[in-house]
Amino acid sequence: MATFFGEVVAAPSRAGVDEEEEVAGEREETPEDREIRRELEKKREVHILWSSKLSASTGSFTDEQFPCSKFILAIGHNSVAFLSSFVLNSGCWEAAGSVKLWNEWCRTSNTTSVLPTDAFCLFYKLISDPTVLLCQCNCYVAEDQQYQWLEKVFGCMREEDLQVTILSTCPLTDYKTPESTLTLPSPFLKALKTKDFKETTCCPLLEQPNIVQGLPAAVLSYCQVWQIPAVLYQCYTDVIKLDTVTIEAFKPVLSSKNLKSLVKDMSKSAEILKKLVTTNEIHNNIYT
Amino acid sequence: MFVPCGSSAPPDFEGFTLLLPAVSVGNVGQLAVDLVIFTLDMPKVGYFYTDCLVPMVGNNPYATAEENSTELSINAEVYSLPSKKLVVLQIRSPFVRNKYRSFCQTLLSWVKSSRCAKVILLSSSHAYQCDDQQLHGTPLRYLLSPAIQKTAGELMQRLNWKEMEKVAAYPGVNDTDMVLRIPGGGITTLLFSESCSNGIQMAVLLKFCSEGDNIPDALALVNYLNEWLQLVKSEQNSAAPATPSQWKIPHSWRLLFGSGLPPALF
Repeated sequence: MATFFGEVVAAPSRAGVDEEEEVAGEREETPEDREIRRELEKKREVHILWSSKLSASTGSFTDEQFPCSKFILAIGHNSVAFLSSFVLNSGCWEAAGSVKLWNEWCRTSNTTSVLPTDAFCLFYKLISDPTVLLCQCNCYVAEDQQYQWLEKVFGCMREEDLQVTILSTCPLTDYKTPESTLTLPSPFLKALKTKDFKETTCCPLLEQPNIVQGLPAAVLSYCQVWQIPAVLYQCYTDVIKLDTVTIEAFKPVLSSKNLKSLVKDMSKSAEILKKLVTTNEIHNNIYT
Repeated sequence: MFVPCGSSAPPDFEGFTLLLPAVSVGNVGQLAVDLVIFTLDMPKVGYFYTDCLVPMVGNNPYATAEENSTELSINAEVYSLPSKKLVVLQIRSPFVRNKYRSFCQTLLSWVKSSRCAKVILLSSSHAYQCDDQQLHGTPLRYLLSPAIQKTAGELMQRLNWKEMEKVAAYPGVNDTDMVLRIPGGGITTLLFSESCSNGIQMAVLLKFCSEGDNIPDALALVNYLNEWLQLVKSEQNSAAPATPSQWKIPHSWRLLFGSGLPPALF
């Protein structure tokens, strides 16, 4: 398949196994192949560092599980900015851990004071109730890392009536509708919930034939299979960068059972939001 | 791994026929499986939870009414119809890179542990790879593992089906070494060869096709399957294939080629 610039590009295969992989798979794996594959797998491993479990003497984390009753996960910069402005601003949260991962698109930063343009995945727990865990995932978790991420995060939780809320965004052009997406008023929210989630959602459900992919889909699949009540709020937006209109589209979620009690002071939200968006614009500028 | 739905006892698939698709050119196997599940109104009995497939979720693709439209579906699910001793695994997304071998192993070990009588794999292959002979006649082919030859071989002869041809391993150089190649068939060749080596009763039903609107290909493949399994009664007589109207099209097949066009385009 030739592109507009004339170079030949192999079209992605709907067969799921592309020709290159098929041919490579036909010959036996040599010890060198195995070594390379192992090194690559090691480089792509997902590590979770729980700060509260850090042992003072050895500096390593324990294998103990911690009880969790609420898990709120924001994926992508707009969802992350929403939680920063409306939930984390109350000062009732402390850092609980971070994810360290590398892939071709990003390497997560280790610090907790991060810029909106950094790649990071940080955990916070509510000081007054440490069973409430919040995750700000502002990095790309590759397909082969999603399952690992899931198993390592949920593997550390001792579920006590666990309820999961996921916030994420998606391009408007991914939304399938009989009318053109150009005529749709955007941004808008759609929800998907697992069988065990019994509450009403804060917006309409996502209709077929629309689907969700990526880390939000991985988390929701896990919750559906293992019967954990979970809801995903997906915001369809036509803006790629950090944008106040997209962020504010998540506001209905603040009235949900899981988030209602966590929202303390909305007065500072507008200010924090403005600061986040301005910082992002400065750091995204190619001249700085 | 297989995880049953709900908290009831795990279903027993001993003696059942397992039907599954290969993720292959035109997604024909997967479309055909959708037709089987929706037409027979097969209830979901569990999930095939694996790290080998790209995650995806959506609401019930086989919804018929408001009430059942909000059941969440994931990328690999199991449906069962005990009255026809049929269990179906639907796969809805491609493989994570380098994970297809691991998936084959997991799948075959599940087949063995659940004691299914036979496995039928629905697949497809690139039409552009057909040789001159294959361009004539039916585009449908079958393959039988040695273990199933005894029980199904004769039926294939009576149905006048065509077996998938082997090709030369080194074309132009040497025509004696013949191998099975199913270009665009995804994991079909691997699953089939593993089944042959492990004594599993596996049949592959495939169609030569190209990417595009593959609904007619799916209908052709499911009618081919129906000639054998007789899942749906043919209208006129047993020799005629089931008409397209006897297979119900799920609502998830809407908008296969994207959203509506902007009016300003015209």
